Amino acid sequence: MVPITYYLLLAAALFCMGMFGVLVRTNALVVFMCVELMLNAVNLTFLAFARMHGDGMGHVSAFFVIAVAAAEAAIGLAIVIAVFRSRGSVNVDDIRTMKH
Amino acid sequence: MNIELVLFGVFAVMTLLSAGLVITARSPINSAMALVSTFFFLAGIYVLLWAHTVAVIQVLVYAGAIMVLFLFVIMLLNLGDAAHRGRPTVTRILGGASALGLLAVLVVTLGRIDAQPARLGPQAQATFGTMASIGETIFTTWLLPFEAVSLLLLVAMVGAVVVAKSRI
Repeated sequence: MVPITYYLLLAAALFCMGMFGVLVRTNALVVFMCVELMLNAVNLTFLAFARMHGDGMGHVSAFFVIAVAAAEAAIGLAIVIAVFRSRGSVNVDDIRTMKH
Repeated sequence: MNIELVLFGVFAVMTLLSAGLVITARSPINSAMALVSTFFFLAGIYVLLWAHTVAVIQVLVYAGAIMVLFLFVIMLLNLGDAAHRGRPTVTRILGGASALGLLAVLVVTLGRIDAQPARLGPQAQATFGTMASIGETIFTTWLLPFEAVSLLLLVAMVGAVVVAKSRI
């Protein structure tokens, strides 16, 4: 049996890679993909703890996370399309109207 | 050598390599394809955790539906080769450093946990992670959240059309 710690370490690494991408990349689409990476890391944590305790509740949580991620992707990509239409760019450095 | 450990190692290394490709690829379309392979390898890891149903949903919904949406938008925007690297500003350097710091803290903390998977009896093994048991939990204990999620998806769908449409 693989210790649950290994799965948790993998999830931590995946989450931090997603966070790194969100904070460092400039393309809004890649930022969204990195958010998906972070959501998947959280799913992996849920499933690892479900296996650790022998409880199926973590699977239900992962199911809900996937459903909410689908809604988030639809809305987020629609916003990216709207911004690209009005600004002609998906670079997060160019979109600074709401700063200050 | 434990076959489960070998499979886990292969899937974990491939997952991390694909995820690294997602955050380093120059063009968004390469990132998207790397993300698809990340989802497939993660589905393999879910199967190792006895979460077969979630693995199937992962492949169907994530690698199928959501990534098709991503690829569709990338091709719709037709960004070309304008994808330049952002300048390394102070915020960006601090952001990358904080991600690495969080990774260090998590690795140190998780390394101290001694977590072993629960030993399930044959009765529990037969039902753990199956579609039937998850469905039973969702449609009894979590029925209201389930319906709320369906409403959320409807609202997101209508909202996406409203936001992305040029003129209402």
